[in-house]
Amino acid sequence: MSLQIDVEHARSALIVRLTGELDHHSAQTVKATLEDAIARGSASHIILSLRDLSFMDSSGLGVILGRYKQITNKGGKMVVCDVNQAVYRLFELSGLFKILQIEDDERSALASLGVVS
Amino acid sequence: MMKHSHNHMTLSFASRSENEAFARVAVAAFVSQLDPTVDELTDIKTVVSEAVTNAIIHGYDNHDTGVVYIEATIEEDTVYLIIRDEGQGIEDIEAARQPLYTSKPELERSGMGFTIMENFMDEVEVETTVGRGTIVRMKKRIESTNAILN
Repeated sequence: MSLQIDVEHARSALIVRLTGELDHHSAQTVKATLEDAIARGSASHIILSLRDLSFMDSSGLGVILGRYKQITNKGGKMVVCDVNQAVYRLFELSGLFKILQIEDDERSALASLGVVS
Repeated sequence: MMKHSHNHMTLSFASRSENEAFARVAVAAFVSQLDPTVDELTDIKTVVSEAVTNAIIHGYDNHDTGVVYIEATIEEDTVYLIIRDEGQGIEDIEAARQPLYTSKPELERSGMGFTIMENFMDEVEVETTVGRGTIVRMKKRIESTNAILN
């Protein structure tokens, strides 16, 4: 029932990989961890990899939107990759897919940001 | 012969966020006897998560002293879910059901809970009384059982 958050610095981007279930309970940890990493680090962009995310609900939408606002306020970009069908459906319902840049995988996400790791 | 003509279960648990995962997994396990597709099971888990989260955050205002009640009933190929709290109720239910509306923007709520429930289920009914609590009744036909029933 838990969520693992793996954060890797790849030059100007922060690669965040979420493994497990993102709901209201785990969203609070994601918020705290990423808020801190964004505020402290020098990274200007975030790549959010959802390849190993097995469940997400609207609390996930809230925390993703919150980090999107945080990074764009600093002039950066947020790219989401490896989005499964269920998560994409939530992005569609909420209209988030209109503002989020979505890429197939980490490699194309990095390439789209012009970050070579 | 219809194997699953009628079945029923009830659950009650403390209004703690740890129990959101427990609730959706328990309901999914109960519904799995209808042999749903992976997508149908994801829909069920998601709506349970939404309704239980609403009960905890809004009904009980994030206090862990409340109790959330779930009733699940299977009638032939249809699942009926009742998710109930005895919390503070919803003052403006019309507003609450609008997409992107949230009464708690400071908590990074997306305001998509009811929209998701309405999209993922066949029917959603909300009964709420300020000071008394909220009852969400939902219904979904599990399509994948048709082959078995016929």
